Amino acid sequence: MFDSITLGQYYQTDSALHRLDPRVKLVGTFAYLIALFVVDSWVGYLLVALFLAAMIRLSNVPFRYIVRGMKTILFLLLITVCFNLFLTPGEVIWQFGFLKMSREGLSFAIKMALRLSLLILGSSIMTLTTTPTQLTDALESLMRPLKKIHVPVHEISMMMSIALRFIPILMEETDKIMKAQIARGADFESRNLVKKIKSLVPLLVPLFISAFRRANDLAMAMEARCYRGGEGRTKMKPLVYQGRDRVAYGVLLLYFAACIATRVIF
Amino acid sequence: MSMIKIQKLIHDYIKRDDEGNAAGTVRAIDGVNLEVKPGQFIAVLGHNGSGKSTLAKHLNALLFPTEGTVWVDGMDTKDGANLWEIRREAGMVFQNPDNQIIAQVVEEDVGFGPENIGVPTEEIWKRVEESLKAVGMLEHRKKSPNRLSGGQKQRVSIAGVIAMEPKCIILDEPTAMLDPNGRKEVIKAAMKLNREKGITVILITHYMEEAIDADLIFVMDKGEIAMQGTPREIFSQVKRMKELQLDVPQVTLLAYELRKAGLHLPASILTKEELVDALLGSEPGNSETPESREQKSDASGEPDTEADKKEEEAGNGNQG
Repeated sequence: MFDSITLGQYYQTDSALHRLDPRVKLVGTFAYLIALFVVDSWVGYLLVALFLAAMIRLSNVPFRYIVRGMKTILFLLLITVCFNLFLTPGEVIWQFGFLKMSREGLSFAIKMALRLSLLILGSSIMTLTTTPTQLTDALESLMRPLKKIHVPVHEISMMMSIALRFIPILMEETDKIMKAQIARGADFESRNLVKKIKSLVPLLVPLFISAFRRANDLAMAMEARCYRGGEGRTKMKPLVYQGRDRVAYGVLLLYFAACIATRVIF
Repeated sequence: MSMIKIQKLIHDYIKRDDEGNAAGTVRAIDGVNLEVKPGQFIAVLGHNGSGKSTLAKHLNALLFPTEGTVWVDGMDTKDGANLWEIRREAGMVFQNPDNQIIAQVVEEDVGFGPENIGVPTEEIWKRVEESLKAVGMLEHRKKSPNRLSGGQKQRVSIAGVIAMEPKCIILDEPTAMLDPNGRKEVIKAAMKLNREKGITVILITHYMEEAIDADLIFVMDKGEIAMQGTPREIFSQVKRMKELQLDVPQVTLLAYELRKAGLHLPASILTKEELVDALLGSEPGNSETPESREQKSDASGEPDTEADKKEEEAGNGNQG
């Protein structure tokens, strides 16, 4: 049941996007997200969608694999669409009982759905083409100025990368515990909300215990391998900007400017 | 000089009550003396709770003696100045493969140790490549550890340790959570490092078959070293081993039962070939060549499903 989650999962292949410096991808993702909220016209959305399509093409990750990650937010998407559809005041074009659909609501709902989908797809492109280690390296490098005000930059990035590494393991574990509880008569299918919440207790307690045990083991394993924080550490894959990264920054700047232009013009 | 020397080691765990107050101690290790020479392949056997894992953690300075002294390559583990050098020289591989792999890509995980001890970048790449090659995992270097089998994950863990160029590797029940094939892979990899690179290996296990090729076996019981000797010496004492709640290899047990039934067989049979030779009346090979040892390890590595099941259960009980 947890196979469908691709968010935060690296897809192993070789592509232009994979080879890009993770800092570029991180900055790029931010630029993409900001641009997504800057654009407001259909032309703007088209531009974002085209950019995304180009990125997906460049990433060499099968489209079906990316879309699988969307399943998890389908429910959220549906709710947002419904709310926007029926709760936006304006010129009524369709009515059923107390439900009123307005023209403004319709366009708003479609835009919202587009925005959310583009947002999820865009950010999963980054996590699919960047290993968590690269990602946290990039974060560490970009946040380095914060070290001066005593922000534990290295520790934060290490914690994040470990958290990401353990997501699939804990997912698998949840699945296992769930099956073990089902085998002993636990009911996770119940539609009754109270029962549903109650059924989570025998799932979460063992999960937490096991997570703590894993954390303990991992800490010991890290210590055994001489881990002692960021001081005096070298990097196996230090981040160095290449020619292609500069080109990528250029493309990003163009894209960002174009997005702002659509906002101004349309 | 000895690789590892332990003198009168005592380790107490502090037992805590529900409020977290100290409520007495449990003696996990009680007066252990032992010495390991460079290049040896050592097996430490013992049933659950015999103190073998605690002993292992002392060799990597993850635990410190309550009493007594542990020297790793001449360095006292109690001396804080030696801490990181000891951990580099005596690498440790743990039981659960998932809980010791830090990175999301195999080669990055192998590079984690060298990064920690400040090895320059180019040198890290060289070491990662060599280490992965040594355990036969080079072709998987770009993969996610989640996509590997248990045996492969453990071999990555071993690579991660040897990338720090240790003199000694301590494997703390590395095969307890693996299937028979995975077990064979891991032991073969450890054996190869011992033979080819001269790295001292200390294998802590409760699979008797894995101890057959060791140079020396220590059997632990109740925190003490109950027996020590060569595999032949240890496994010929079937009765004593049973007292310590340990099995002997299947073939040895068969030979033991046959001898009890009146057959004329030597007491120290460890492999199928030896048993066959003995049964056919020929002399069992006392003079060993490397080739014969190689074959022996292959043959004895063959798992007996019945015994495996039993041992699997014992292993599961130990994870707590």
